[in-house]
Amino acid sequence: MDEPGSDFRRELEARGVSRREFMGFCSAMAVMFGLPKGATAMIADALENKPKPTLVWLNFQDCAGNTESFLRASKPTAAEVILDLISIDYHEVIMAAAGHQAEANLHSVVENQKGAYIAVVEGSIPTGANGAYCTVGGKSAMQLANEVCGNALATVAVGTCASFGGIPAASPNPTGALGVSDAVPGIKTLINLSACPVNAQNLTATLVYFLTYGRFPALDKLNRPLFAYGKSIHDNCERRAHYDSGQYVEQWGDEAHRDGQCLYKMGCKGPVSFQNCPNVGWNDNTSWPIACGHGCIGCAEPDFWDKMTPFYSHLPGFPGFGKGSDIDKVGFWATIGVTTAFATHTLVHLGKKLVGTGADHAPEGPPERTDEGGAE
Amino acid sequence: MTHIVVDPVTRIEGHLRIEAEINEGQVSDAWSSSTMFRGIEIILQGRDPRDAWAFTQRICGVCTTVHAIASIRAVEDAIGAKPPPNARILRNLIIASQCIQDHVIHFYHLHALDWVDIVSALSADPKETAALAQSISDWPKSSATYFKSIQDRVKGLVDRGQLGPFANAYWGHSAYKLPPAANLMAVAHYLEALEWQREFIKMHAILGGKNPHLQSFLVGGMATPVDPDKQASLNIHTIAQFKKLIAGAQEFVSKVYIPDLLAVASFYKDWAGYGAGVGNYMVYGEYPLDDEAKPDLYIKPGIIRARDISKVEEFDPSKITEQITHSWYDYAGGEEAALHPSEGETKPNYTGPQPPYERLDTSKKYSWLKSPRYEGVPMEVGPLSRMLVNYVRGHEQVQGLVNHVLKTLGVGPEALFSTLGRVAARGIETQLLVDKIGDWVDELADNMGKGELRIHDNSKWEPESWPADCMGAGFHEAPRGSLGHWVHVKNAKIERYQCVVPSTWNAGPRDSGDVPGPYEAALVGTPVADPEQPLEILRTIHSFDPCMACGVHVVEPGGREITRVKAR
Repeated sequence: MDEPGSDFRRELEARGVSRREFMGFCSAMAVMFGLPKGATAMIADALENKPKPTLVWLNFQDCAGNTESFLRASKPTAAEVILDLISIDYHEVIMAAAGHQAEANLHSVVENQKGAYIAVVEGSIPTGANGAYCTVGGKSAMQLANEVCGNALATVAVGTCASFGGIPAASPNPTGALGVSDAVPGIKTLINLSACPVNAQNLTATLVYFLTYGRFPALDKLNRPLFAYGKSIHDNCERRAHYDSGQYVEQWGDEAHRDGQCLYKMGCKGPVSFQNCPNVGWNDNTSWPIACGHGCIGCAEPDFWDKMTPFYSHLPGFPGFGKGSDIDKVGFWATIGVTTAFATHTLVHLGKKLVGTGADHAPEGPPERTDEGGAE
Repeated sequence: MTHIVVDPVTRIEGHLRIEAEINEGQVSDAWSSSTMFRGIEIILQGRDPRDAWAFTQRICGVCTTVHAIASIRAVEDAIGAKPPPNARILRNLIIASQCIQDHVIHFYHLHALDWVDIVSALSADPKETAALAQSISDWPKSSATYFKSIQDRVKGLVDRGQLGPFANAYWGHSAYKLPPAANLMAVAHYLEALEWQREFIKMHAILGGKNPHLQSFLVGGMATPVDPDKQASLNIHTIAQFKKLIAGAQEFVSKVYIPDLLAVASFYKDWAGYGAGVGNYMVYGEYPLDDEAKPDLYIKPGIIRARDISKVEEFDPSKITEQITHSWYDYAGGEEAALHPSEGETKPNYTGPQPPYERLDTSKKYSWLKSPRYEGVPMEVGPLSRMLVNYVRGHEQVQGLVNHVLKTLGVGPEALFSTLGRVAARGIETQLLVDKIGDWVDELADNMGKGELRIHDNSKWEPESWPADCMGAGFHEAPRGSLGHWVHVKNAKIERYQCVVPSTWNAGPRDSGDVPGPYEAALVGTPVADPEQPLEILRTIHSFDPCMACGVHVVEPGGREITRVKAR
C-alpha cells in the first residue's frame, strides 16, 4: 500500500519537482509566516495529505487585474495551485466551460459543498439600478454574492474593490458600489486582501496558511492578514535612510531621483500605507513601485482614490519635517491631516456628495494605522 | 429556430452575454451585450489630470498599461508637454511587451480550449506527440517522457474527479478536429505558456515596479530614472536583463507559439470561411520611432473598407462618433444622435429586465456598450486590422510574415477575413514585435552611453504652466485594437474625460440604422452543431479577444446629477 502523500509526491516528480525543491518551498512559506523551524514539516504534511479543498472565484465590478496577478504567482505558481493544491471549480477568466455549463459548476459547489468551500471575490458589488450595473447569467452581483459567499466556509476579497469598494466606489460612486463586507454583512469569515491589484504572493500565502493550519491568519481591524499588512511601507522602505537624512527627489529625473533618494516630496504615500511591498516585492520579487522610481499611491488603503489623491501632492507638513522626523509623528499628523492637506480636491468632492445626497456627510477620517490592537 | 443564451461568456476579461438565433445548424442572428458598468469617467471629473492615468489604467487589468498610455498622451496633448526620447523608448518597451505577453496568454489560456480537447489528450501516445513536436520545432521540451508526464498530470485530475477549471466543458464535441497527439502537445504548451508569461512580464516589473498596473507613468515622461552609472536607475544591468528576457520571448514565440498556431490552424482551415464580420478595418497606429510632432510609426495607421485590400485610406479621428440607440444611456439630442467623443455625453439609464432575468429584449436597448462608428459605419479593430493595413501599405516585415503563414497553410489573403484570420494575425503580430523590441533596448543603451538621461518634461509639470482651458486626444494601439482618450482640462482640473476603446468598437450593439457591430456580424453564418453546446460561437467571439470592462465607459459633461447611492 502506498504511503500517505505518495500520490502527491509522484505528481511532483512527474513535474520534475524534486523533494528537495518542495521542502524548500515549504520552508520559504514557514519563514514568510514567521513560524518556528518545525513548521516546515507541518506545511509539507498538510500539502501532501489533505484532500484538495474547493474554491470558486467570482468576478463582479472588476478589471481582472487580481486574476492576472494570481497568474503571476511564483510561490507556488498558479499552475501548482490549480493542478495540485486547490480545486478551482469556477473562475470565469480561466474556466473551459461557458454559459449554463459554467453556471451549473457554480451551482453544484454551492449545493453540494455548503459551508466547505472558499469563495474568492474580485471587484465591487453595485447597489444602484437594482443590481443591473453588474449581472452574470442574468443574476445581479448582489444576488450571487449573497448566495455564494453566504454559504462558503470563508470569503477572500481580493483587491481593493472587493475589500472596500475601490475605484467604482470613488466619489461620486456612480453605481453605489460596495466592498463585500458592506454588501454582504455578517459573513462569518472574511479576509480582505486589499491592494490594486492584490500581490499574488499575499494571496497564495493566505491559501497555503489555510491549507496548513485549517484556519485563516490573524487579521487587522480591516480584516487584512497581519503577516502582509502589519507594517507601513515607510517602516520597511529601502529609501528610508534618505528620508531620515533629509535627501529628497525634487524633480523627475534629477540627480537625487537617479540616486534612489526619498520620493516623499513627489507625493509618496508610503508613510500612511500598510503593506509588505518592500519585503516581498512584486513579480517574484523583481521590483516594486518605489524601487522603480515612483511614489506609493497607498493602493491597499480604504478609499485611497479619494484620500490619497492628488497623488503628486506630498503628505501634510509636520513638525521637524525634512530632517529625520519621527515616523510616529508622520503617522499622527497624517491621521488628522490628510483630508485637509488635499482640501481643494476633497472639498470639491465633498460638495458633490452633499449636493447629491442632501445628507449630512462629514468628511470621513483618513487611513488609520492598522497594526495597533493586533488580531481580532 | 432555437434561441440560445451564452452568459457568462468565459475565458475573457469582464462580463459578456451573447444571445443568438440558430436556424438549420447555423447562427442566423446574434446580439452582443455587456452586463457591467462602473462609470470611471464620471469619477475622473474635477480631479488632477496628472492622476488620470492611474484611474484609467484600472479600466482593465488584463490589458493593463493601455489606458495609462492613452491617458498620458491625451493630457500631454492638452497641456503641451513633450516627453523626451527616453520616455518614448520606455513606453515602446512597455507597450510591446504587453502586446507580446497578452497575445500568448490569449492563444493558450483564453482561446486554445476552443480548438484543443483536453480529454482527447489522455488517449494520445506520447511517442506520437514527441514525433509531432520534433517535426515542427526544435524546442527542447519534446521527449516522449516529458509528454507522458503531462498526460499523467492531467490524468491525475480526472482520476480524482476534481477537474477544477476544466470541468463540464465541451470535451468530445464533434467540432474538435485535432488528433490526440496534437491535443497532448497543446496541453503541455498551455502549461509551459503559463510559466513563460510569468517570467517574461518581469519586463514590466523592471519598467513599472509591478504588473499588473504598472506605476511608473507620468504626464510628460516616465518615473524610471535612466543612468548607466547609478545603482537605483535603469542601468547597464537592466539592459542585460531586458536582453535575456527578450531572447527567451523570441525563442518561445518562434519555437512554440507560431509552430503550434500553424499546426492547429492546419486542422481548422474551414474556419477561414467563417466569422468575417463587418469587413471594415481601422488602425490608429503605434510605436513612435522619432520625437517629431507627427512621428513615423512602426505600425502604420489606416482604414480598409469592405475587404478591399487594393487601397488604404488615411485615418481621420474627426470621423468617429458614438450612438446609443441600443445602449442603456440617454442622449439630450435623442436616440438617433451620433456624437464625436470630444462633445460626447452619456447618462446611464438602465431599461432592461430586472435581475434575475432569462432574456433581453434585443429590439430595444440591450447593452452597456455604445455603438462607435467611423463615418457612420462599424469598424473592426485589433491585430487583424493592424496586419491587414500594414500588409497593404507595404510594411516589409509584415508582408514577409503574412506571406509565410499564408504559404504554409496553402491559402490566399482572402482567408484572413475570418475567425482563423484573426487568430493568425495575432500570432504574426507577436512575431513581428519579438523581432523588433530589441531595437528599442539598443536605442536606450545608446542614449545612456551618450549621456542622454532625460526622462521627463519638467517644464510642464506644475499646473501653473498649463493653459487655463485646453483639450487633447491620446491614441494607442492596445493588444485588442485602437484606443482613444479625449480630455478637456479647465483650471487644472478634468472637465470632461472620454474613452472609445477596442472592445466597444468590436462588441458594441446595433446602431440607429440597426446595423450590427463586428461580433454580431461575425457570428452570422457560424455553424452550431449542438445548440446545447455552442462551442463554435465561443471560437468566433474569442477570436476577437473580448475585453469587456474596457468596453464600458460613460461620459458625463459638467457635473450632471447621476444615480447617487451612499458613497463609502
